[in-house]
Amino acid sequence: MAIEGFVAIYIFMLAGFAGFEVISRVPVILHTPLMSGSNFVHGIVVVGAMVVLGHAESTAEQIVGFIAVILAAGNAVGGYVVTERMLEMFKSKDEQKKGAQE
Amino acid sequence: MNFIVQLSYLIAAVLFILGLKAMSSPKTARRGIVWAGVGMVLATLVTFLHPAVQGLTNTILIVIGIAVAGGLAWWSGRRVAMTEMPQMVALYNGMGGGAAAAIAGVEMLRALRMLPEGLQSQAQALASDAGISMAAAEAALRAEGAGSANIASALGADVAILAILGALIGTVAFSGSLIAWAKLDGRMKRNSLVPGQKYVNLLVFVLAIVFGIMTFFTDSILVVTLFFALGLLFGVFVAVPIGGADMPVIISLFNALTGLAVGFEGYAIGNPAMIIAGTVVGAAGTLLTQLMAKAMNRSITNVLFAGFGADTQSAS
Repeated sequence: MAIEGFVAIYIFMLAGFAGFEVISRVPVILHTPLMSGSNFVHGIVVVGAMVVLGHAESTAEQIVGFIAVILAAGNAVGGYVVTERMLEMFKSKDEQKKGAQE
Repeated sequence: MNFIVQLSYLIAAVLFILGLKAMSSPKTARRGIVWAGVGMVLATLVTFLHPAVQGLTNTILIVIGIAVAGGLAWWSGRRVAMTEMPQMVALYNGMGGGAAAAIAGVEMLRALRMLPEGLQSQAQALASDAGISMAAAEAALRAEGAGSANIASALGADVAILAILGALIGTVAFSGSLIAWAKLDGRMKRNSLVPGQKYVNLLVFVLAIVFGIMTFFTDSILVVTLFFALGLLFGVFVAVPIGGADMPVIISLFNALTGLAVGFEGYAIGNPAMIIAGTVVGAAGTLLTQLMAKAMNRSITNVLFAGFGADTQSAS
Protein backbone atom coordinates (compact mmCIF):
# COMPACT_ATOMS: atom_id res chain seq x y z
CA MET A 1 0.00 0.00 0.00
CA ALA A 2 1.62 3.21 -1.11
CA ILE A 3 0.88 6.33 0.85
CA GLU A 4 1.70 9.34 -1.20
CA GLY A 5 2.26 13.07 -1.09
CA PHE A 6 0.09 15.17 1.15
CA VAL A 7 -1.70 12.17 2.67
CA ALA A 8 1.61 11.03 4.11
CA ILE A 9 2.37 14.51 5.43
CA TYR A 10 -1.06 14.63 7.09
CA ILE A 11 -0.41 11.26 8.73
CA PHE A 12 2.98 12.43 10.03
CA MET A 13 1.46 15.67 11.35
CA LEU A 14 -1.54 14.07 13.07
CA ALA A 15 0.55 11.25 14.56
CA GLY A 16 2.99 13.87 15.85
CA PHE A 17 0.21 15.81 17.57
CA ALA A 18 -1.22 12.57 18.97
CA GLY A 19 2.18 11.70 20.43
CA PHE A 20 2.49 15.07 22.13
CA GLU A 21 -1.08 14.96 23.39
CA VAL A 22 -1.21 11.45 24.88
CA ILE A 23 1.69 11.94 27.25
CA SER A 24 1.33 15.65 28.01
CA ARG A 25 0.15 15.09 31.60
CA VAL A 26 2.63 12.43 32.68
CA PRO A 27 3.82 12.66 36.34
CA VAL A 28 7.58 12.70 37.01
CA ILE A 29 7.50 9.24 38.61
CA LEU A 30 6.34 7.71 35.31
CA HIS A 31 9.03 9.34 33.12
CA THR A 32 11.33 6.30 32.99
CA PRO A 33 8.58 3.66 32.57
CA LEU A 34 7.00 5.76 29.83
CA MET A 35 10.36 6.10 28.08
CA SER A 36 10.65 2.34 28.24
CA GLY A 37 7.05 1.93 27.05
CA SER A 38 7.57 4.17 24.03
CA ASN A 39 10.81 2.28 23.38
CA PHE A 40 8.66 -0.84 23.17
CA VAL A 41 6.16 0.84 20.81
CA HIS A 42 8.81 1.65 18.20
CA GLY A 43 9.59 -2.06 18.31
CA ILE A 44 6.92 -2.13 15.57
CA VAL A 45 10.00 -1.80 13.35
CA VAL A 46 9.98 -5.61 13.53
CA VAL A 47 7.11 -5.56 11.04
CA GLY A 48 9.19 -3.59 8.54
CA ALA A 49 12.19 -5.84 9.12
CA MET A 50 10.02 -8.89 8.38
CA VAL A 51 8.78 -7.30 5.16
CA VAL A 52 12.25 -6.39 3.84
CA LEU A 53 13.67 -9.81 4.71
CA GLY A 54 10.54 -11.34 3.19
CA HIS A 55 11.17 -9.77 -0.20
CA ALA A 56 14.97 -10.03 -0.13
CA GLU A 57 16.34 -11.66 -3.29
CA SER A 58 20.14 -11.47 -3.16
CA THR A 59 22.28 -12.93 -0.39
CA ALA A 60 23.43 -9.45 0.70
CA GLU A 61 19.81 -8.36 1.10
CA GLN A 62 19.05 -11.50 3.11
CA ILE A 63 22.00 -10.88 5.45
CA VAL A 64 21.14 -7.23 6.13
CA GLY A 65 17.44 -8.13 6.36
CA PHE A 66 18.21 -10.87 8.86
CA ILE A 67 20.21 -8.38 10.96
CA ALA A 68 17.19 -6.06 10.82
CA VAL A 69 14.88 -8.81 12.10
CA ILE A 70 17.31 -9.78 14.90
CA LEU A 71 17.70 -6.18 16.09
CA ALA A 72 14.00 -5.36 15.77
CA ALA A 73 12.87 -8.49 17.64
CA GLY A 74 15.31 -7.63 20.44
CA ASN A 75 13.82 -4.13 20.62
CA ALA A 76 10.23 -5.36 20.76
CA VAL A 77 10.61 -8.27 23.17
CA GLY A 78 13.20 -6.63 25.42
CA GLY A 79 11.22 -3.40 25.49
CA TYR A 80 8.10 -5.25 26.59
CA VAL A 81 9.75 -7.31 29.33
CA VAL A 82 11.57 -4.34 30.84
CA THR A 83 8.52 -2.05 30.76
CA GLU A 84 6.30 -4.73 32.21
CA ARG A 85 8.72 -5.29 35.08
CA MET A 86 8.98 -1.57 35.83
CA LEU A 87 5.22 -1.14 35.86
CA GLU A 88 4.72 -4.27 37.93
CA MET A 89 6.86 -2.78 40.65
CA PHE A 90 4.83 0.37 40.29
CA LYS A 91 1.55 -1.45 40.69
CA SER A 92 2.56 -3.37 43.79
CA LYS A 93 3.65 -0.11 45.42
CA ASP A 94 0.30 1.42 44.54
CA GLU A 95 -1.54 -1.54 46.01
CA GLN A 96 0.51 -1.42 49.17
CA LYS A 97 -0.49 2.21 49.60
CA LYS A 98 -4.11 1.31 49.06
CA GLY A 99 -3.85 -1.52 51.53
CA ALA A 100 -2.30 0.79 54.13
CA GLN A 101 -5.06 3.35 53.70
CA GLU A 102 -7.76 0.75 54.15
CA MET B 1 -5.41 -11.25 2.69
CA ASN B 2 -4.02 -7.78 2.31
CA PHE B 3 -7.24 -6.38 3.80
CA ILE B 4 -6.73 -8.43 6.97
CA VAL B 5 -3.11 -7.27 7.19
CA GLN B 6 -3.99 -3.59 6.80
CA LEU B 7 -6.92 -3.84 9.23
CA SER B 8 -4.65 -5.45 11.82
CA TYR B 9 -2.08 -2.68 11.37
CA LEU B 10 -4.83 -0.13 11.99
CA ILE B 11 -5.93 -1.93 15.17
CA ALA B 12 -2.29 -2.16 16.32
CA ALA B 13 -1.77 1.59 15.76
CA VAL B 14 -4.88 2.38 17.84
CA LEU B 15 -3.73 0.02 20.61
CA PHE B 16 -0.28 1.67 20.67
CA ILE B 17 -1.72 5.16 21.10
CA LEU B 18 -4.25 4.03 23.73
CA GLY B 19 -1.46 2.09 25.45
CA LEU B 20 0.82 5.12 25.63
CA LYS B 21 -2.10 7.21 26.90
CA ALA B 22 -2.75 4.65 29.64
CA MET B 23 0.95 4.44 30.50
CA SER B 24 1.09 8.16 31.28
CA SER B 25 -1.20 7.77 34.28
CA PRO B 26 -0.21 5.77 37.40
CA LYS B 27 -3.59 4.05 37.79
CA THR B 28 -3.77 2.67 34.25
CA ALA B 29 -0.07 2.26 33.47
CA ARG B 30 0.03 -1.53 33.68
CA ARG B 31 -2.99 -1.91 31.44
CA GLY B 32 -1.24 0.32 28.89
CA ILE B 33 1.75 -1.92 28.28
CA VAL B 34 -0.53 -4.95 27.92
CA TRP B 35 -2.63 -3.18 25.26
CA ALA B 36 0.47 -2.16 23.35
CA GLY B 37 1.77 -5.71 23.69
CA VAL B 38 -1.42 -7.15 22.18
CA GLY B 39 -1.07 -4.70 19.28
CA MET B 40 2.54 -5.79 18.72
CA VAL B 41 1.73 -9.52 18.71
CA LEU B 42 -1.18 -8.94 16.32
CA ALA B 43 0.94 -6.85 13.93
CA THR B 44 3.82 -9.35 13.99
CA LEU B 45 1.68 -12.44 13.38
CA VAL B 46 -0.34 -10.86 10.60
CA THR B 47 2.82 -9.75 8.79
CA PHE B 48 3.49 -13.39 7.88
CA LEU B 49 0.46 -12.98 5.59
CA HIS B 50 1.89 -9.78 4.05
CA PRO B 51 2.09 -10.12 0.23
CA ALA B 52 5.74 -8.98 0.25
CA VAL B 53 6.81 -11.87 2.49
CA GLN B 54 7.70 -14.56 -0.04
CA GLY B 55 9.80 -17.67 -0.25
CA LEU B 56 10.30 -20.45 2.27
CA THR B 57 13.94 -19.54 3.04
CA ASN B 58 13.06 -15.96 3.91
CA THR B 59 10.11 -17.02 6.06
CA ILE B 60 12.29 -19.52 7.94
CA LEU B 61 14.95 -16.83 8.44
CA ILE B 62 12.28 -14.50 9.87
CA VAL B 63 11.06 -17.15 12.33
CA ILE B 64 14.62 -18.02 13.40
CA GLY B 65 15.55 -14.34 13.81
CA ILE B 66 12.51 -13.53 15.93
CA ALA B 67 12.84 -16.70 18.02
CA VAL B 68 16.56 -16.31 18.76
CA ALA B 69 16.67 -12.54 19.33
CA GLY B 70 13.29 -12.53 21.08
CA GLY B 71 14.38 -15.36 23.35
CA LEU B 72 17.67 -13.68 24.25
CA ALA B 73 15.94 -10.33 24.86
CA TRP B 74 13.30 -12.02 27.03
CA TRP B 75 15.96 -13.78 29.07
CA SER B 76 18.16 -10.70 29.49
CA GLY B 77 15.19 -8.45 30.31
CA ARG B 78 13.95 -10.90 32.98
CA ARG B 79 17.20 -11.37 34.82
CA VAL B 80 18.51 -7.81 34.87
CA ALA B 81 18.40 -6.02 38.24
CA MET B 82 15.91 -3.16 38.71
CA THR B 83 18.73 -0.65 39.11
CA GLU B 84 20.14 -1.63 35.72
CA MET B 85 16.91 -0.96 33.83
CA PRO B 86 17.96 2.33 32.16
CA GLN B 87 20.89 0.75 30.32
CA MET B 88 18.68 -2.11 29.15
CA VAL B 89 16.25 0.45 27.72
CA ALA B 90 19.23 2.06 25.97
CA LEU B 91 20.35 -1.31 24.58
CA TYR B 92 16.92 -2.29 23.24
CA ASN B 93 16.38 1.21 21.88
CA GLY B 94 19.69 1.06 20.04
CA MET B 95 18.62 -2.24 18.49
CA GLY B 96 15.45 -0.56 17.19
CA GLY B 97 17.49 2.25 15.61
CA GLY B 98 19.83 -0.28 14.05
CA ALA B 99 16.86 -2.21 12.67
CA ALA B 100 15.48 0.96 11.04
CA ALA B 101 18.89 1.64 9.48
CA ALA B 102 19.17 -1.97 8.30
CA ILE B 103 15.75 -1.69 6.64
CA ALA B 104 17.06 1.32 4.71
CA GLY B 105 20.16 -0.73 3.89
CA VAL B 106 18.11 -3.54 2.34
CA GLU B 107 16.07 -1.07 0.29
CA MET B 108 19.28 0.56 -1.01
CA LEU B 109 20.77 -2.84 -1.89
CA ARG B 110 17.56 -3.59 -3.80
CA ALA B 111 17.82 -0.28 -5.62
CA LEU B 112 21.48 -0.96 -6.50
CA ARG B 113 20.51 -4.38 -7.84
CA MET B 114 18.05 -2.63 -10.17
CA LEU B 115 20.79 -0.51 -11.81
CA PRO B 116 21.72 -1.07 -15.50
CA GLU B 117 24.70 -3.38 -14.90
CA GLY B 118 22.49 -5.77 -12.95
CA LEU B 119 19.64 -5.51 -15.43
CA GLN B 120 21.22 -7.59 -18.21
CA SER B 121 21.97 -10.64 -16.07
CA GLN B 122 18.65 -10.40 -14.26
CA ALA B 123 16.78 -10.25 -17.57
CA GLN B 124 18.70 -13.30 -18.77
CA ALA B 125 17.77 -15.24 -15.63
CA LEU B 126 14.14 -14.17 -15.83
CA ALA B 127 13.97 -15.01 -19.56
CA SER B 128 15.26 -18.54 -19.05
CA ASP B 129 13.15 -19.06 -15.89
CA ALA B 130 9.86 -17.84 -17.31
CA GLY B 131 10.51 -18.94 -20.87
CA ILE B 132 9.93 -15.49 -22.35
CA SER B 133 12.05 -13.47 -24.74
CA MET B 134 14.95 -11.35 -23.53
CA ALA B 135 13.16 -8.15 -24.56
CA ALA B 136 9.99 -9.06 -22.67
CA ALA B 137 12.00 -9.91 -19.55
CA GLU B 138 13.84 -6.61 -19.73
CA ALA B 139 10.58 -4.69 -20.16
CA ALA B 140 9.09 -6.47 -17.16
CA LEU B 141 12.10 -5.57 -15.01
CA ARG B 142 12.07 -1.97 -16.18
CA ALA B 143 8.44 -1.75 -15.06
CA GLU B 144 9.63 -2.40 -11.48
CA GLY B 145 12.13 0.46 -11.68
CA ALA B 146 15.09 -1.56 -12.95
CA GLY B 147 17.62 0.06 -15.24
CA SER B 148 17.51 3.35 -13.31
CA ALA B 149 20.63 5.46 -13.08
CA ASN B 150 20.89 5.83 -9.30
CA ILE B 151 19.25 5.09 -5.95
CA ALA B 152 16.93 8.09 -6.18
CA SER B 153 15.52 7.10 -9.57
CA ALA B 154 15.20 3.43 -8.60
CA LEU B 155 13.36 4.12 -5.33
CA GLY B 156 11.64 7.38 -6.24
CA ALA B 157 12.85 10.72 -4.88
CA ASP B 158 10.47 10.90 -1.88
CA VAL B 159 11.18 7.35 -0.75
CA ALA B 160 14.94 7.83 -1.24
CA ILE B 161 15.01 11.04 0.85
CA LEU B 162 13.08 9.55 3.79
CA ALA B 163 15.00 6.26 3.59
CA ILE B 164 18.30 8.16 3.78
CA LEU B 165 17.10 10.44 6.61
CA GLY B 166 15.80 7.42 8.51
CA ALA B 167 19.09 5.60 7.95
CA LEU B 168 21.12 8.53 9.29
CA ILE B 169 18.91 8.97 12.38
CA GLY B 170 18.76 5.21 12.92
CA THR B 171 22.53 4.67 12.77
CA VAL B 172 23.13 7.60 15.15
CA ALA B 173 20.52 6.23 17.59
CA PHE B 174 22.06 2.73 17.27
CA SER B 175 25.69 3.56 18.06
CA GLY B 176 24.77 6.37 20.47
CA SER B 177 22.50 4.07 22.49
CA LEU B 178 25.16 1.36 22.61
CA ILE B 179 27.64 3.90 24.03
CA ALA B 180 24.99 5.02 26.55
CA TRP B 181 24.50 1.38 27.54
CA ALA B 182 28.26 0.80 27.86
CA LYS B 183 28.73 3.91 30.00
CA LEU B 184 25.81 3.17 32.33
CA ASP B 185 26.91 -0.44 32.62
CA GLY B 186 30.36 0.70 33.70
CA ARG B 187 32.04 -0.79 30.64
CA MET B 188 33.25 2.57 29.42
CA LYS B 189 34.52 5.46 31.47
CA ARG B 190 36.07 7.85 28.95
CA ASN B 191 34.50 11.22 28.33
CA SER B 192 36.34 12.12 25.15
CA LEU B 193 37.83 10.14 22.32
CA VAL B 194 39.91 12.73 20.51
CA PRO B 195 41.27 16.17 21.38
CA GLY B 196 39.01 19.02 20.24
CA GLN B 197 36.08 16.64 20.03
CA LYS B 198 33.58 19.46 19.46
CA TYR B 199 35.16 20.21 16.08
CA VAL B 200 35.63 16.56 15.15
CA ASN B 201 31.94 15.99 15.88
CA LEU B 202 30.98 18.86 13.63
CA LEU B 203 33.25 17.52 10.87
CA VAL B 204 31.83 14.00 11.12
CA PHE B 205 28.30 15.38 11.12
CA VAL B 206 28.92 17.49 8.00
CA LEU B 207 30.58 14.52 6.27
CA ALA B 208 27.62 12.28 7.15
CA ILE B 209 25.23 14.84 5.63
CA VAL B 210 27.40 15.14 2.50
CA PHE B 211 27.52 11.37 2.07
CA GLY B 212 23.77 11.23 2.68
CA ILE B 213 23.24 13.61 -0.23
CA MET B 214 25.73 11.64 -2.33
CA THR B 215 23.84 8.42 -1.50
CA PHE B 216 20.76 9.98 -3.10
CA PHE B 217 22.60 10.37 -6.42
CA THR B 218 24.93 7.40 -6.28
CA ASP B 219 25.10 4.01 -7.95
CA SER B 220 28.07 2.89 -5.85
CA ILE B 221 27.89 0.55 -2.88
CA LEU B 222 31.02 2.19 -1.46
CA VAL B 223 29.30 5.57 -1.00
CA VAL B 224 26.35 3.89 0.71
CA THR B 225 28.65 1.94 3.02
CA LEU B 226 30.64 5.05 3.95
CA PHE B 227 27.38 6.90 4.64
CA PHE B 228 26.30 4.22 7.13
CA ALA B 229 29.76 4.15 8.71
CA LEU B 230 29.76 7.94 9.20
CA GLY B 231 26.31 7.78 10.82
CA LEU B 232 27.57 5.14 13.27
CA LEU B 233 30.70 7.18 14.00
CA PHE B 234 28.70 10.33 14.67
CA GLY B 235 26.45 8.48 17.15
CA VAL B 236 29.53 7.33 19.07
CA PHE B 237 31.06 10.81 19.12
CA VAL B 238 27.84 12.43 20.31
CA ALA B 239 27.26 10.01 23.18
CA VAL B 240 30.79 9.65 24.58
CA PRO B 241 31.07 13.11 26.22
CA ILE B 242 27.71 12.83 28.04
CA GLY B 243 28.04 12.44 31.81
CA GLY B 244 26.42 9.53 33.68
CA ALA B 245 23.75 11.59 35.48
CA ASP B 246 22.51 13.05 32.21
CA MET B 247 22.26 9.68 30.51
CA PRO B 248 18.50 9.07 31.03
CA VAL B 249 17.76 12.31 29.19
CA ILE B 250 20.03 11.31 26.32
CA ILE B 251 18.52 7.81 26.17
CA SER B 252 15.11 9.45 25.93
CA LEU B 253 16.41 11.63 23.10
CA PHE B 254 17.79 8.59 21.23
CA ASN B 255 14.44 6.90 21.89
CA ALA B 256 12.65 9.77 20.17
CA LEU B 257 15.16 9.62 17.29
CA THR B 258 14.61 5.89 16.83
CA GLY B 259 10.87 6.53 16.72
CA LEU B 260 11.40 9.11 13.99
CA ALA B 261 13.68 6.77 12.02
CA VAL B 262 11.06 4.01 12.26
CA GLY B 263 8.40 6.44 11.00
CA PHE B 264 10.55 7.47 8.01
CA GLU B 265 11.39 3.88 7.10
CA GLY B 266 7.68 3.10 7.43
CA TYR B 267 7.08 5.60 4.64
CA ALA B 268 9.95 4.15 2.60
CA ILE B 269 8.43 0.66 2.61
CA GLY B 270 4.79 1.84 2.62
CA ASN B 271 3.87 0.56 6.08
CA PRO B 272 1.29 2.76 7.86
CA ALA B 273 1.65 1.01 11.24
CA MET B 274 5.33 1.93 11.32
CA ILE B 275 4.62 5.51 10.22
CA ILE B 276 2.04 6.10 12.95
CA ALA B 277 3.76 4.25 15.80
CA GLY B 278 7.15 5.71 14.89
CA THR B 279 5.93 9.28 14.62
CA VAL B 280 3.88 9.05 17.82
CA VAL B 281 6.99 7.83 19.66
CA GLY B 282 9.10 10.51 17.97
CA ALA B 283 6.79 13.26 19.22
CA ALA B 284 6.08 11.73 22.63
CA GLY B 285 9.78 11.00 23.11
CA THR B 286 10.73 14.58 22.27
CA LEU B 287 8.24 15.94 24.80
CA LEU B 288 9.37 13.36 27.35
CA THR B 289 13.00 14.37 26.82
CA GLN B 290 12.07 17.99 27.53
CA LEU B 291 10.08 17.02 30.63
CA MET B 292 12.96 14.89 31.96
CA ALA B 293 15.48 17.66 31.39
CA LYS B 294 13.12 20.11 33.10
CA ALA B 295 12.71 17.77 36.08
CA MET B 296 16.51 17.96 36.48
CA ASN B 297 16.42 21.73 36.10
CA ARG B 298 18.43 21.52 32.91
CA SER B 299 17.82 22.42 29.31
CA ILE B 300 18.44 19.87 26.57
CA THR B 301 21.17 21.96 24.96
CA ASN B 302 22.83 22.16 28.37
CA VAL B 303 22.72 18.37 28.74
CA LEU B 304 24.00 17.83 25.21
CA PHE B 305 26.84 20.30 25.30
CA ALA B 306 27.83 20.45 28.98
CA GLY B 307 30.21 17.53 28.41
CA PHE B 308 31.98 19.45 25.70
CA GLY B 309 32.27 22.48 28.01
CA ALA B 310 33.89 20.35 30.70
CA ASP B 311 36.18 18.89 28.08
CA THR B 312 37.44 22.28 26.96
CA GLN B 313 37.82 23.42 30.58
CA SER B 314 39.94 20.46 31.55
CA ALA B 315 41.91 20.85 28.34
CA SER B 316 42.69 24.50 29.06
